[in-house]
Amino acid sequence: MVMRIDCKGMYYRILNKIIRDAINEGETEFILDNVNGQRYIGNGINNDVKITINGVPGNDLAMFMNGSYITVNANAQDGVSNTMNAGEIIIHGNAGDVVGYGMRGGKLYIKGDVGYRTGIHMKEYKKKVPLIIVGGTAGDFFGEYMAGGIMILLGLDKNEDTPIVGDCIGTGMHGGVIYVRGEIEEHTLGKEVSVFNLDKKDEKILNKYLKEYCDYFGFDFDELMSKPFIKLLPISSRPYGNLYAY
Amino acid sequence: MRSNCYIPSGCAVSGMMSESGKRVDGSDIIKSIALMHDRSNGLGGGFAAYGIYPRHSDEYAFHMMFDNISVKESFEDHFKDRFDIVLDEKIPIRPGAVFEDKTSGRYNGYGTHPIINPPLLWRYFVDVPESKMKFVSESEYVVEEVMEINSTIDGAFVASSGKNMGVFKGVGYPEDIGVFYKLDEYKAYIWTSHGRFPTNTPGWWGGAHPFSLLDWSIVHNGEISSYGINKRYLEPFGYKLELRTDTEVVAYLFDLLVRRHKMPIELAVKALAAPFWKDIDRMPEPEKKIATCIRQVYGGALLNGPFSIILGHNRGMVGFNDRIKLRPMTCARKDDTLYMASEESAIREIAPDLDVVWSPRAGTAVIGELNEEVV
Repeated sequence: MVMRIDCKGMYYRILNKIIRDAINEGETEFILDNVNGQRYIGNGINNDVKITINGVPGNDLAMFMNGSYITVNANAQDGVSNTMNAGEIIIHGNAGDVVGYGMRGGKLYIKGDVGYRTGIHMKEYKKKVPLIIVGGTAGDFFGEYMAGGIMILLGLDKNEDTPIVGDCIGTGMHGGVIYVRGEIEEHTLGKEVSVFNLDKKDEKILNKYLKEYCDYFGFDFDELMSKPFIKLLPISSRPYGNLYAY
Repeated sequence: MRSNCYIPSGCAVSGMMSESGKRVDGSDIIKSIALMHDRSNGLGGGFAAYGIYPRHSDEYAFHMMFDNISVKESFEDHFKDRFDIVLDEKIPIRPGAVFEDKTSGRYNGYGTHPIINPPLLWRYFVDVPESKMKFVSESEYVVEEVMEINSTIDGAFVASSGKNMGVFKGVGYPEDIGVFYKLDEYKAYIWTSHGRFPTNTPGWWGGAHPFSLLDWSIVHNGEISSYGINKRYLEPFGYKLELRTDTEVVAYLFDLLVRRHKMPIELAVKALAAPFWKDIDRMPEPEKKIATCIRQVYGGALLNGPFSIILGHNRGMVGFNDRIKLRPMTCARKDDTLYMASEESAIREIAPDLDVVWSPRAGTAVIGELNEEVV
């Protein structure tokens, strides 16, 4: 059964309680109409449910989420996937700042642009490797303090003069990997990262996830792969190890 | 007013402007700021409205707050010798007002937060007597008088002092403040609003945003950590920083840079949220020289700390962020209206189908201006 909820004018606490109570009763699929600004949708859900969001969800979408599938048919705001542990989020629009903050697992696919500090403090442990793919462009501090996981930035449909990513890329990064489709200027790199060429393993990763990504948004995979990617890796696993040592 | 302070330990801003000068009532801006209820904590809310007094558009409109009737009397003794009062009246209010809407969460155990214990709220439409303008300009005279009232008359506070505009603010949630001041009965071509979550300065009626001087008004989400430097920079120019809050420096800085130093607003923003030296080094000439000069001359005006700010003035609305974007701001356009808010949903709440939505880059001003044909 699909539960359809008209969220117009509904306060976020009511909405999230309805969803949680229904999940406890065994509901597995939700369609949320007229969403506008309701915070914490999908927050802390441990079950495998499907949520379709029509409208702009509020901040911290899918915070602490542990295994659900969310589709957003609009832009999303700040803090998507904050400390998310597992699950999948598909956003058919842009997302705001601090997307994927402290993300620990799961996938986040964004069709459009993202704001500042995407993937800040993202981390991985053994098989839990979070993934963010951004179709458009990104603001400054992309991958700031990133400690693990994979981020792929595509720069599709961007203006010639818009840079694919802002300043201070990977500042404080000490784990994980960033792939960028295109060139980036040296001065926009944070002190803690360097540019590397892709190897076989990287190509396998890109093939696997970008095929999936193209399927979701209807992009042409071959066209997408026709432009070269670069790889950014941290050059130290402990960039601040000596910060307070003297 | 000032003794009745709380210091507990975010904010919300929203603004809308019709660039063709079309005036709308305050219901929409109340709905927009109400959607972001949870960004505030009930210790401050306020609005600035431009174009609300067309029948008094040539007079300065002083919105005043008084602790009690005797303060009002002593204020008027002082004031009547300095201005020609054309009209004075009580600012219409709904005591105990609450905003009736579900989205702000009041039906969910939050309870209501009626606006109580307001100060005495009065407005004065005034002309500057000819005799007062022998040595200073009209606007300079008004600024001096505002500074004098705020610093010398205990218990009296100037909320706004511009022409054909006004600031409506107080302690409470912004949507309740909007209903309290009957903003549905005013029509304006620019509305800005603020929901306050004070972190390190007190929540009192005068300390709510917007902060205003002449027709400048500022709503601000964040914290100006350069307050001390900015204050020291402004004081020799005659500004008195009496409101115990960081945001007032921004209003005075715009007054100094744009009105007195005649800088274009775009450049003034480049002084307040200046590019980093490393970026200036890479600029082509003459941008490099301009940016260098601005940083050298206006070092004391540089704002540090996290902020998203909406500036209002009689001919426009300007939004900008700190240089590394530590606070959110989304902008949008629909027909002739420019919107800016802390969250996209706050704009969609009043304009669901937008022509364009974007998040401005850090340190870059988004400028709304009245079309030239609008007088």
